[in-house]
Amino acid sequence: MISIKQIDKKFGKLTALENVSLELQTGKSYALVGPNGSGKTTLIKSILGLVIPTSGDILFNEKNIRHDWKYRDKIGYMPQIGHYPENMSIGQLFDMMKNIRGENQRIDEELIDAFRLYKMYDKRMHALSGGTRQKVSAALAFLFPAPVYILDEPTAGLDPISTEILKEKIIHERRMNKLLMITSHILSDLEELTNSMVYMFEGKVHFNNTIEQLKHETNEVKLSKALTTFIRQKELVASVSEV
Amino acid sequence: MTRVLKYILYDILRTRFILLYTAFLFISTFGLYQLDSDSGKVVLSLLNIVLMVVPLVSTVFSTIHFFNSYEFIELMLAQPVKRSTVFLGEYMGVACSLCVAFVTGVGVPILLFGINANALTMLYTGVTLTLVFVSLAFLSSVLTRDKAKAIGIALLFWLYFSLIYDGLLLWVVYSFSDYPLEKITLVLIAFNPVDLARIIMLLQLDISALMGFTGAFYQEFFGSYLGIVLSTLVLFIWIVLPIALAQRIFNRKDL
Repeated sequence: MISIKQIDKKFGKLTALENVSLELQTGKSYALVGPNGSGKTTLIKSILGLVIPTSGDILFNEKNIRHDWKYRDKIGYMPQIGHYPENMSIGQLFDMMKNIRGENQRIDEELIDAFRLYKMYDKRMHALSGGTRQKVSAALAFLFPAPVYILDEPTAGLDPISTEILKEKIIHERRMNKLLMITSHILSDLEELTNSMVYMFEGKVHFNNTIEQLKHETNEVKLSKALTTFIRQKELVASVSEV
Repeated sequence: MTRVLKYILYDILRTRFILLYTAFLFISTFGLYQLDSDSGKVVLSLLNIVLMVVPLVSTVFSTIHFFNSYEFIELMLAQPVKRSTVFLGEYMGVACSLCVAFVTGVGVPILLFGINANALTMLYTGVTLTLVFVSLAFLSSVLTRDKAKAIGIALLFWLYFSLIYDGLLLWVVYSFSDYPLEKITLVLIAFNPVDLARIIMLLQLDISALMGFTGAFYQEFFGSYLGIVLSTLVLFIWIVLPIALAQRIFNRKDL
C-alpha cells in the first residue's frame, strides 16, 4: 500500500534518513522502533508529506505522493506532540476538522465518547494538560475512518485507563484489516498492538520483519528481550567488522 | 479553499487588531478633514500616513499572524488539503482583511466629505501598498523558522523601502550628478514600491514639481496617464513576485 523507495533526508549537515526503503502492506501492523533521534518521526512525516525527502520517492497506492495531497484522506495521523490553534476550544477544533473534510464524510466519534471529551468541549486548547491534549490528538486521528493509521507515540502521557481505551480502539481497527504504523518506546504495548517490526538506527532501517521472526532469530520469548539481544548482536558484529 | 479561508478570517477577526487599525485610520482621516477644508491638502497629508503607516502595519501584522497560525498550518497540512491552498488562503485572509480595514478606515470619511479622483487614487495606492508589503512579509516568514528573525527581516524590508532606499538614490544622484541620470533614476525607482506609489499619487495630484528631479522627469517622460499605468504594472510585479517566491519555498518546506 505504501512503498518507500530509497529516501534520504538531510537537515543541513545532519542526515536524518539514509537510503530507507520499506514496503508497508494493508492488514499488517508495524511497530516502528529505534532510539531517540533515529529518524522515526522524520520517516512518518515524510509519508504524510510534512517533510519533503531530499531524494527518493514514496508511493501511496502506486502513486507518487510528491505532488499529491488527496491521499492524505486515507491516513489517520496522530502526531507525537499535537500543535493546535491555542485559542480554539476542543469543540471548535472538532467542528473545524469536520467542516474542512466536507459534509459527506463518515465520522467515528467512539474515542470522543470513550475519553469523555464532550464534557470539555468549551475548554480552550491552551488550558489543556498534556494528557488531555494527547486524547484530543487520538480522537482526531480516528475521527475520519481511514484505511491507514499512523500513530506517533500514541500512549505517551496517557493515564492507564485511557491507554487501555486507546489500545482497544487500535486493536479494533487492526481487526478491520487496516494498515497500522505505531512508534513507541513501550515495547509491551507494541507486542499487543503489532505483528511486524521496523527497527531504525541513525536514519537507517536495520530490521524489517515480523516480530515472530525477531523472537525466533534471537531465541527469546519477550519482545523487549528479543530487541535488546538483537541490538547487542548488531553491535558485536559491528565491532568485529571494525577490527 | 473557501472552508480554509473561512477559518483564517475568523481567526484574524478574533484578534481585534484589524478593528483597531480601522479605527486608527478612520480617526486620523476624519481628523485631517476637520483640520483643513481643502481636500487636496488633506489627501497630501494622508499620503504620508499611507506611505509610512500602511506598509509598517501590513508588514508587522502579516508576519506575526503567520507565525501565530503555524499550528493551524501544521494541522491543515496533515489533512487532505493542498499546501498552496493553505498558503494562499493565509495570504488572502491577511491581505483581504488589511485592505478592507484600510478602505473602510480611510474610505468612509472620504465618502462623508466628498469623493473625488484624488481620494480614489489614494485608496488605490493604499490597497496596492498593503498587498505589496503583505507579500514581502510572507516571503520573510517562510525564509526562517524563527519568529523574531522573520519580523526583523520584514521590518528591514520596510525600513529599506521607506527610508534607506531614498537615501541611497539621493546619494547616487548627487555623486553622479555630472552624468545624464534621468533614465537610470527612472529605472531605479521601479525597484522601490513605496516610491512607485508616491509617484502615482503625485502624478494624480499634478504636483510632481514638488518631488523635484525624478518626478518632473517622470511626468515629462510619460505624461500622467502612462506614468500611472506603468507604475501600476511594476507594482503588480511587486505583489506577485514575492508571494510566488514565498509559495515556492513554502511548498518545499519541512514542518
